[in-house]
Amino acid sequence: MTALPANFITNNGVTMIDGLATGVLLFVIALGLSLVFGVMDVLNLAHGAIYLVGAYIAVALLGGGSTMTLLAFGGAVLLAALVGGASGWGLSAMVRPVAHRGHLDQALLTLGIALVVSDLISMRFGNDVRSIPAPDGLDGSVSIFGQSYPLYRLIVIVVGGLLAVAALYVIERTRVGSLVRASVVDPEMVSALGVDTKRLVTGVFAAGAALAAAGGVIGGPILSAYPGLDNKVLLLGLVVVVIGGLGSVSGALVGALVIGQIETLGVSLLPDHASFLVFGVMGLVLLVRPQGLLGQKEVSA
Amino acid sequence: MRSRSSSIIAMVVVLLLVAVPLVFPADMANTLSRVLALALLAVSLDLLVGVSGMPSLGHAAPFGVGAYTAALVARDVDAFAPLALLAAVVTGGIFALVTGVLMVRTKGTYFLMLTLAVAEIFHVLAQRWEGVTGGTNGLYGIPSITFAPGGEPVTLAGLRYWYILAVFLVGFAVVWWTSRSTLGRSLRGLRDNEERMSSLGYSTFRLKLTVYAIAGAVAGAAGSLWVAQNRFVSPEDLAFEVSAMALLAVVVGGRGRLWGAVLGAALVTIIRDDIGASLDGRGPLLLGLVFIAVVYLLPHGFAGTSWRQLLTRRVQEEKA
Repeated sequence: MTALPANFITNNGVTMIDGLATGVLLFVIALGLSLVFGVMDVLNLAHGAIYLVGAYIAVALLGGGSTMTLLAFGGAVLLAALVGGASGWGLSAMVRPVAHRGHLDQALLTLGIALVVSDLISMRFGNDVRSIPAPDGLDGSVSIFGQSYPLYRLIVIVVGGLLAVAALYVIERTRVGSLVRASVVDPEMVSALGVDTKRLVTGVFAAGAALAAAGGVIGGPILSAYPGLDNKVLLLGLVVVVIGGLGSVSGALVGALVIGQIETLGVSLLPDHASFLVFGVMGLVLLVRPQGLLGQKEVSA
Repeated sequence: MRSRSSSIIAMVVVLLLVAVPLVFPADMANTLSRVLALALLAVSLDLLVGVSGMPSLGHAAPFGVGAYTAALVARDVDAFAPLALLAAVVTGGIFALVTGVLMVRTKGTYFLMLTLAVAEIFHVLAQRWEGVTGGTNGLYGIPSITFAPGGEPVTLAGLRYWYILAVFLVGFAVVWWTSRSTLGRSLRGLRDNEERMSSLGYSTFRLKLTVYAIAGAVAGAAGSLWVAQNRFVSPEDLAFEVSAMALLAVVVGGRGRLWGAVLGAALVTIIRDDIGASLDGRGPLLLGLVFIAVVYLLPHGFAGTSWRQLLTRRVQEEKA
């Protein structure tokens, strides 16, 4: 191992902070995907569409202006979380009738819903990229490593970090969290113990979707909003879940931070090989630990 | 009795397909050529989904790999049609073999997710690897196929259609034969009870990898047909939409019924290209609604639904 050159941090520090912001955002998105996956064994292909709904809620509330008060931005996050939670609740109700029919049918159903939702969005908002400004007061920049850096991304890291801590606390330290973790491992047993797993699953679905939609607003000033963003977000979320292990909160965090760095630092250092890198990391994890870095659920034959 | 009547139906359908360019204008042959390429993709996907119980969300990947290979061979080596076909079959099969080593070890939701993720990564790769794939512009101006090395380009739509039909029939036969063979029976056993097959001493990994590679090779062949018809390939040809279309074709047609997948492919193409276009480009919306409707209303697809039973029941209900 050769030591990193001393100027590595100064040269790439900003990119790495960017990667941290992306990673934290990815965690907020992937968490719901991973938990729905773990608890209900459903691949929710509409997860990206719910993110997109959140992003376009920000676009709609902004109404084409160039500034947004902090209050309005907070309101958009809240509204997106509510709409997202409601759609998660609706999704789980739609999936339930086909729950006994196998993984493909559930995935196809959510895929159909995703197609309808994203096409309705592009019908209403058009196909152009819509940028979402950072809220007033947070749209400035600060100096890091001698370069100016958008303040908003630092706020995203802080807010996302708080969300991650809160999610970890709920899952690891509360009774509801222990039920969720138990359902990931053995849903039948949890049900046999007298727990209303139906309500639990609906709750997880709604919470995951609420996070994704809120992520759409929070990520708006970084990723903007455009048709096709839903697929990109969904794909990155899936890779995060594969790397971290399904149903694992800490796994999702690790996976998200790794992919965040690859998406920024990797692209900056090895621009030609970045898409290989994502695949390479995922393939490596699959070869060495098919259940993901921190996953416990049996996935292989 | 039943098998004789279905083989008669099959022969009549093939004869009708052969007769198309003699009766209809060139447009019809061109449309049917595209349908046949997608149908072959759907049939190879059905080998995974319906026969083996391995639902792939990324079957556009071997299709796209085959398409790019066929395009590169036709442009840089020779436009001799069987050469591009062979190259596409080999690369599609090898691609599936290599990625399959990682994927077939997983099952259920995890398999769905992995196939989707890997296919999307290659979609992105096709967009960025400009030196080979031409980036987002794709590869265009691919020469027309020839029926002899260095020979005259085939420009008649009817001739090209006959070539595509012939390859489609061979590909269909390969998949049909695979599903009827000892391998196919083992695969059905795998689909219905993997643990039992494993306890009986079958290497489920080897079985799954074999069928995954065969399906990939046939999908590669379908990709070469796509290029032979369109003479153009772009990253959109290995986008998730293509995988979704093929899957919809399989599910609409009826899982495990290979001819159902062909029917489904025709239906899906009509929905997207004709009805969707007439609805002001709202194809995705329509496809999404079809997905939802099929999952709720037609879980076994057209081929798997017992229409006779449905009809008689309805008649009886009306009488009562």
